[in-house]
Amino acid sequence: MTIWAAMLTATLVMVVLTSVLAVVLRDLLAAALTLGAQGLLLALAFYLLQAPDVAIAQAGVGAALTTAIFLLAIWKTRRKEEE
Amino acid sequence: MTVVVRTIARVLLPLSLVFGGYVVMHGHLTPGGGFQGGAVAASGLAMVVVAFGADRLAKKKGLLSVLESLGGVAFAALGFLGLGLTFFANVLAKTGGLFGNPVPYGPNPGDLNTAGTLPLMNWAVGFKVLAGLGAVVLLFALFGGEHDR
Repeated sequence: MTIWAAMLTATLVMVVLTSVLAVVLRDLLAAALTLGAQGLLLALAFYLLQAPDVAIAQAGVGAALTTAIFLLAIWKTRRKEEE
Repeated sequence: MTVVVRTIARVLLPLSLVFGGYVVMHGHLTPGGGFQGGAVAASGLAMVVVAFGADRLAKKKGLLSVLESLGGVAFAALGFLGLGLTFFANVLAKTGGLFGNPVPYGPNPGDLNTAGTLPLMNWAVGFKVLAGLGAVVLLFALFGGEHDR
């Protein structure tokens, strides 16, 4: 297994882990930040798959802007998820 | 937000704007382009909105609207510029003028002064995306507040 394959595998495993965490967490602020981390890791995966064009767009839109919009939405509503 | 977030946002805003401008400016040579650079710059804008609150940026709504319209108009105008040949014909390429150098052959570091109207279109799209995504975040942050209209 080359270094590239190991890095890609680790990145994709972390993408899946952060996605599951974002669904499972009850604290919506923590879930939004986990989703931002997932976007950033997905950008890293795109970069490792030699698509730097997609990686820049994913880092800008997926990691930064959606996280900002989720944070503003949580401020305007409430932080804890209810049953 | 706390003083830590505000200080980091103050430091990172010019950095992200300059990096977005870099991605737009080198759009015809390196990965990236108008949309990517504009999204990077707009992420800096969103960071400022989150850190400092939207109320002190509420007056910039008109500026963002004008910038977005100017970007769209500039893109369409650059498309109509080549109408003597076809729509979107590259009239500036290989004329020796603005962005008019011929593209060098073989391995080379890249000549920024090539590609004709494409860099100008990248700038138009970059400003449009920056203003559009910034306005989305700003209006979302203003929603329900005293500046909401």
